Amino acid sequence: MRIICLLTAAAMLFAAGGIAFADGSGDPASVKKTDQGEYFDKQGNPTYKIQPDGTVDWYTYSGYRRYHSTCHVCHGPDGMGSSYAPALKNSLNTMSYGEFLSIVASGRKNVSTSQDNVMPAFGNNPNVTCYLDDIFVYLRARSDDALARVRPAKHEDKTPAYVKAEDSCMAAKH
Amino acid sequence: MRKVLLATGLGAMAAMAAGSAVANDEVHRMTQNPAEWVMQAGDYANTRYSKLKQINASNVGKLQVAWTFSTGVLRGHEGGPLIVGNTMYVHTPFPNKVYALDLSNENKIIWMYEPKQDPNVIPVMCCDTVNRGLAYADGKIFLHQADDKLVALNSKNGNVEWTAVNGDPSKGQTGTSAPLVVKDKVLVGTSGGEFGVQCSMTAYNIKDGKQAWKAYSEGPDDQLLFDDKTTSLGKPVGKDSSLKTWEGDQWKIGGGCTWGWIAYDPSLDLVYYGSGNPSTWNPKQRPGDNKWSMTIFARNPETGVAKWVYQMTPHDEWDYDGVNEMILTDQSIDGKPRKLLTHFDRNGLGYTLDRTNGELLVAQKYDPKVNWTSGVDMNKSSPTYGRPKVVDEYSTDKQGEDHNNKGICPAALGSKDEQPAAYSPDTGLFYVPTNHVCMDYEPFKVSYTAGQPYVGATLSMYPPPGDTNMGNFIAWDNKTGKIVWSDKEQFSVWSGALATAGGVVFYGTLEGYLKAVDAKTGKELYKFKTPSGIIGNVTTYEHNGKQYIAILSGVGGWAGIGLAAGLTDPTAGLGAVGGYAALSNYTALGGTLTVFALPQ
Repeated sequence: MRIICLLTAAAMLFAAGGIAFADGSGDPASVKKTDQGEYFDKQGNPTYKIQPDGTVDWYTYSGYRRYHSTCHVCHGPDGMGSSYAPALKNSLNTMSYGEFLSIVASGRKNVSTSQDNVMPAFGNNPNVTCYLDDIFVYLRARSDDALARVRPAKHEDKTPAYVKAEDSCMAAKH
Repeated sequence: MRKVLLATGLGAMAAMAAGSAVANDEVHRMTQNPAEWVMQAGDYANTRYSKLKQINASNVGKLQVAWTFSTGVLRGHEGGPLIVGNTMYVHTPFPNKVYALDLSNENKIIWMYEPKQDPNVIPVMCCDTVNRGLAYADGKIFLHQADDKLVALNSKNGNVEWTAVNGDPSKGQTGTSAPLVVKDKVLVGTSGGEFGVQCSMTAYNIKDGKQAWKAYSEGPDDQLLFDDKTTSLGKPVGKDSSLKTWEGDQWKIGGGCTWGWIAYDPSLDLVYYGSGNPSTWNPKQRPGDNKWSMTIFARNPETGVAKWVYQMTPHDEWDYDGVNEMILTDQSIDGKPRKLLTHFDRNGLGYTLDRTNGELLVAQKYDPKVNWTSGVDMNKSSPTYGRPKVVDEYSTDKQGEDHNNKGICPAALGSKDEQPAAYSPDTGLFYVPTNHVCMDYEPFKVSYTAGQPYVGATLSMYPPPGDTNMGNFIAWDNKTGKIVWSDKEQFSVWSGALATAGGVVFYGTLEGYLKAVDAKTGKELYKFKTPSGIIGNVTTYEHNGKQYIAILSGVGGWAGIGLAAGLTDPTAGLGAVGGYAALSNYTALGGTLTVFALPQ
C-alpha cells in the first residue's frame, strides 16, 4: 500500500512540474541561508546543504546528534525504524514540514486491536523543541538519501547567531 | 499429578490461614519441586537451573515442538511463563495480558486478564513495552503493569484482589520488571532511568497490597533506608553517603532505576538487586560518584534497611546499568566454603562477592574486548579499593561534552543486559548470554522536563573492530574470573539461559532459534527456529511424567530497536548503507509461546 502511494505521489510530482527530485516537503534544493546557518528551499521549508566533499550544514549535523539522543530510542538508528516505531527516513518521503512539526509537538496515537503505536507530545521538551528544524533537516537529508547511515564527518561551524538562539531557547520556560 | 495439585491447594490454604512467613515457605518449597517453575528465575538464588534430566545431552537432538500458543501481542516478549501445579501463567508486553492455561486439559485458557491502561504510558517506556514476567504466592499472581501499578490476581479465576500504585507514568515511571515474593511481602522495582526518575525498590504486603517500605537508590539516608551499620567494602558508609556525591538537588532526578532481577537468601535473610544508570547520560552535567546508582544492594526484606552496598561504576559515563541478576551460590574457594554472589554487569565485568558482607573477591572482564577500564583495584589498603580504573581515552567525562568518543567497548547496552545467566551446580559454571558490541558516544547538555526523555548523549553501535559477530554465549568460571568456552552468535544473545541436570544448556537467539548446547563443551546439540526473535527466558517443567522446555518468542526490546535496521558501520563511506546484518532481514514481530518435548 505504501509503495503504491509513494509511486503515485512521485508520478504526480513528476507530471505536475517536472521537478527532478522531491520529498514530502517538495524540492529540497536550498535557495537561501540565514545567519544562524540554516538553509531554506524555495517553498520556504528548512533544508540541508551537503557539499561534494561531504561537509554538511550545521543543522544537519546538530539534527544527527539530537535525533540520536531523543528519537532513536524508539525510531532506531539513522532514522531506519525499529521493531517499535516507524522509519522516519521513509515517513519524510511523504510528510511535509508542517505535518512533521505538528506531530512532534502534539504526539500521535495509532491504537487498535492490531497495533499500539503511541508517540508522546514533545511540545514542552526543550531538547526537542529547540532543535525541531535541526531534526527535520537531518531526517530530510536521510529521506532523500543525501546523507548515508553515518555520522557526518565534516560540518559547517555553529554560528554565533545560532548559539544565541539556542541559549535563549534552552533557558526559556516551556 | 493429583498429588501435586492437592499439595498446592493445601499449601495455599495453610498460607491463607497462617499469613505472613508461611507464604514464603510455600513458594520456597515449590521451588524444590522441579516439575514446577514458580518464579522467573526458577529459584530464589536466581540460578535458572532445573534438576529435570529426561531431556539430556544424548537425546536433546530429537526434541520436537509439543504445542504452541499465540499471545496475541506484537511487542517484545521478555521473561517466561510460570508453572504452578497444573496451570501455566503466560504474560505479555503492554497491554500486559495474563493467560492461565490448563496443562491437564489441552492447554485451554482458564482465564485471561487484561488491565485497562492509558496508552500514553507506551512512549515513556524506554526501549519497548516489555514485561519480565509474573510472580506467584499465596494463591495470587502478581503482575507489574506498564503503568507502574502492581496488581494481585486470584490465581484460580484472575479476579483482581488488590492494586498498588507504585509510581507515576506521567513522570516517566513505568513497570517492566518481575516482582519477587519474599515471606509475606512482594518486592517490585521501577523503570525510568532515561526520564530522570528517582528510582526505588518497594515492598508491599501480599495480603492487602499495603506498602511496607520504599528504599530509594539515591537521596538522604532516611530515603535510602541506610543506618550506621550499612557498609560498603567492609566499612560503614557514614552519614549522607549519597547526598555528598551529587551536586545540589540533582539526586532528585538521579535515576538509579531498579528494573532488573531480585534474589533472596533465606538463611541470611537478605534480598539482593542492582540499581541502574544515573540520569542524564551526559556525565559532565552530574559531577560526583552519583551514589548509589550502579550499585549492588543487600537489604533486609522485612525493613528494607541496607546491610551492605557496592557501587560498581561510580560516576557512570556510558550507561552501564547495574541491574543484572545476582546469582547466589555456595562454592568453595581455596578449600573454604563461601557464600557467593555472582553478577555479570553491563560494564563488562563479571563480579564475585561474598554475599554475607559484600567483600569483593573477583572482578574480571567476561568479554575480552572490554576496554573502558584496565581493571578494578583489588588492593584493600588502596584509597581506590574496589573502583574500576577508567582509561582516559574512553572516558566520556574527560573527553567532555560535544566530543565524539570513539571505539568504547562495550556499548551502552552492555556486555550483557537483563537477559539472565544460569548456573549449574553439576559443572560449577555460569552460562552467560552476552552482547559483543562497541560504540561511539557523544555527551551533550540536556534540560530536564518531567515525563520527557532526559538522555543527553548520541551514540552509534557496531561490533568490535575485526569481528562480525555481535554476541557470544559463554561459560564462565566465577572463582577465577575466566571464560571456559565461548560460542559466537551473529546477534547479541538477548535470551535468558536455562541449565539442566541433563547436562544441557538452553538459550534463544534474536533470529528466533531455540538452541541447546552441551554444558561441558558448548557444542550445539539442537536448534529450532521459532516464529519470531527470542528475547524471553527459557523455562522447563514436567507434566504427567514428561519434561517440557518452554520459550516465549516475539522480537523487540532494546535489541529490536537497536538491531532491527542493522548497526551503523563506522567505516562506511558516504553513500554506503549499514554493513552489518539487519535483524529485520531475519524476523518480524509477534508473540508466541513454543513448548518442546521428546517424541513419544
